[in-house]
Amino acid sequence: MSILIDKHTKVICQGFTGKNGTFHSQQAIAYGTQMVGGVTPGKGSTEHLGLPVFDTVIDAIAATGADASVIYVPAPFVMDSIMEAVGAGIKIIVCVTEGVPTLDMLKCKIACDNGGVVLIGPNCPGVITPDECKIGIMPGHIHKRGCVGIVSRSGTLTYEAVKQTTDTGFGQSTCVGIGGDPIPGSNFIDILTLFEKDPETEAIVMIGEIGGTAEEEAADFIKKYVTKPVVSYIAGATAPAGKRMGHAGAIISGGKGTADEKFKALEAAGVKVTRNLAEIGETLKEATGW
Amino acid sequence: MNLHEYQGKALFRKYDLPVSTGVACDTTEEVLAAAKQIGGDAWVIKAQVHAGGRGKAGGVKLVKTEAEISEFCGRHIGGRLVTYQTDAHGQPISKILIESCIGIARELYLGAVVDRSTRRIVFMASTEGGVEIEKVAQETPEKILKASIDPLVGPQPNQARQMAFKLGLDSAQIKQFTQVFLGLGKLFEDKDVSLIEVNPLVITEDGNLLCLDAKVVIDSNAMYRHPDLAAMRDPSQEDEREAIAAKWDLNYVALDGNIGCMVNGAGLAMGTMDTVKLYGGAPANFLDVGGGATKERVAEAFKLILSDSNVKAVFVNIFGGIVRCDMIAEGIIGAVEEVGVEVPVVVRLEGTNSDKGTEILSQSNLNIIAGSTLADAARKVVAAAGGGL
Repeated sequence: MSILIDKHTKVICQGFTGKNGTFHSQQAIAYGTQMVGGVTPGKGSTEHLGLPVFDTVIDAIAATGADASVIYVPAPFVMDSIMEAVGAGIKIIVCVTEGVPTLDMLKCKIACDNGGVVLIGPNCPGVITPDECKIGIMPGHIHKRGCVGIVSRSGTLTYEAVKQTTDTGFGQSTCVGIGGDPIPGSNFIDILTLFEKDPETEAIVMIGEIGGTAEEEAADFIKKYVTKPVVSYIAGATAPAGKRMGHAGAIISGGKGTADEKFKALEAAGVKVTRNLAEIGETLKEATGW
Repeated sequence: MNLHEYQGKALFRKYDLPVSTGVACDTTEEVLAAAKQIGGDAWVIKAQVHAGGRGKAGGVKLVKTEAEISEFCGRHIGGRLVTYQTDAHGQPISKILIESCIGIARELYLGAVVDRSTRRIVFMASTEGGVEIEKVAQETPEKILKASIDPLVGPQPNQARQMAFKLGLDSAQIKQFTQVFLGLGKLFEDKDVSLIEVNPLVITEDGNLLCLDAKVVIDSNAMYRHPDLAAMRDPSQEDEREAIAAKWDLNYVALDGNIGCMVNGAGLAMGTMDTVKLYGGAPANFLDVGGGATKERVAEAFKLILSDSNVKAVFVNIFGGIVRCDMIAEGIIGAVEEVGVEVPVVVRLEGTNSDKGTEILSQSNLNIIAGSTLADAARKVVAAAGGGL
């Protein structure tokens, strides 16, 4: 088992024939993801990377039975692409694109909730279930199939956690990058809920960063509902207040959203936290007794 | 992106929100002329900088004579204002806003933000206007009234009325408050605002509402669809190195340590700073070269780091995903050869093509120290910088 995606997931790509869509679709196909086609309006009935191209998501679903879509279109077109996928009946959308206006996301999130659609991102590396399905831009080769579920607001920090869980031999069930924007399609709690229910996931690594209160809300949720061991690291302990640290959502504003507050909330919820990024794997050993 | 007060008030006027008569000026002569044009015998003059706390810092003054105006302008125009929200150098002042002076009976607060937890635009109002609202929220949260906006229907008059009654306004003021509330709501949505604050929203001595200040922050991600707002950008208010970084699509934030950091990914860039600190050093900057880093951008990033004279060592920490480590290695060599580098450079390469990248660096004749793991590299760079500050 795994969460969100597995070897049966049929994936289409919106923005298929663009530079990013092309490169990452090639990588996904090479990894073994069941890519079944792509959508580029005006290029329907052609072929790209040996797969069919469709004008609309509805056409793509009708012809391929796709249930997931990965979006690489530029930020100004993301809302339209998400709404098209939701309207056509896609159930899992992964949006990699960075720079989507926040007010667009407020609207998309409601449409996704109403349609029963899981949206991951935007501004995220994507989702991978090792050896089965890779949707997104993460390097496939660092992953190893195993029992740790990873959820993170940062792409490269996900890779750090992946490497350390691979090196210690535990491996990963599924890794989810929820993205660095203030309004993510899915938040920590959404993903923790899935990991808690997934029999293959035996422990969870949660990587947060400064800004907002998503980690504090996750801490509350873990205390009440998560029985599996959780290890956590928060990036940005040395970040100055009031400065946006790369990610649109990573900012300490009005004295709120500091790493220290988040560490404290998670510790109080029984989460094993580490303040040393290099020791996520070791901390996981301590937390699980493996 | 932050707007100046005078720019925010220009937007307010377009949305029929009540603001004082005012003129934004570049010179003392312009301010004196504007005073005559506005008329009356007293004015408020305000230094225009992207920072709060201007009043306490002496950047806002009630003036009654030409001499007072000249003194204020002479002292401030071309100078810098240091407030509790700026760094020790302060923000440069190039514009002064002069406004008519009004008598104030009460000071209220009205603001709106995108609330991340509820995923809604949330309005906040308080009877405690004119002070730091963060303090009010912390010490007396019950004094903050909130209204959550339904994205389907937008702000509604009933929400404004509920706030207005609790603020103790009379019936004429309730109508005015509703107009302000709805106008701000429309402005928020039309212009992709991420934060708007009217602090204070005053009740004048003759009983009318007036927006005495205007703080407007626009969502940077949405600038592409607001060329009118993009034209309002004031680069003089931004850190020089941060502005250069933005030109190259790099994310850079200056800090006051001595270990320069070059990293791919915002999360790992923060994590690298934290790791440096944890091992006894002090980071000189946050720098994310991004997922689509090219050789040229890596070279620019390197130059940017070295332009900070505090830097005693550089830590390059790359986890190659889309970014290939061999390309990063070539970028480092290119930069080092171009600008010359006298400080030690510690490099940790992991992920895609890391072996190839490490080989390229070791074959170069540069003073580069290889770090085998994150912890190893952090220890080495702290030592190379002389054990931190």
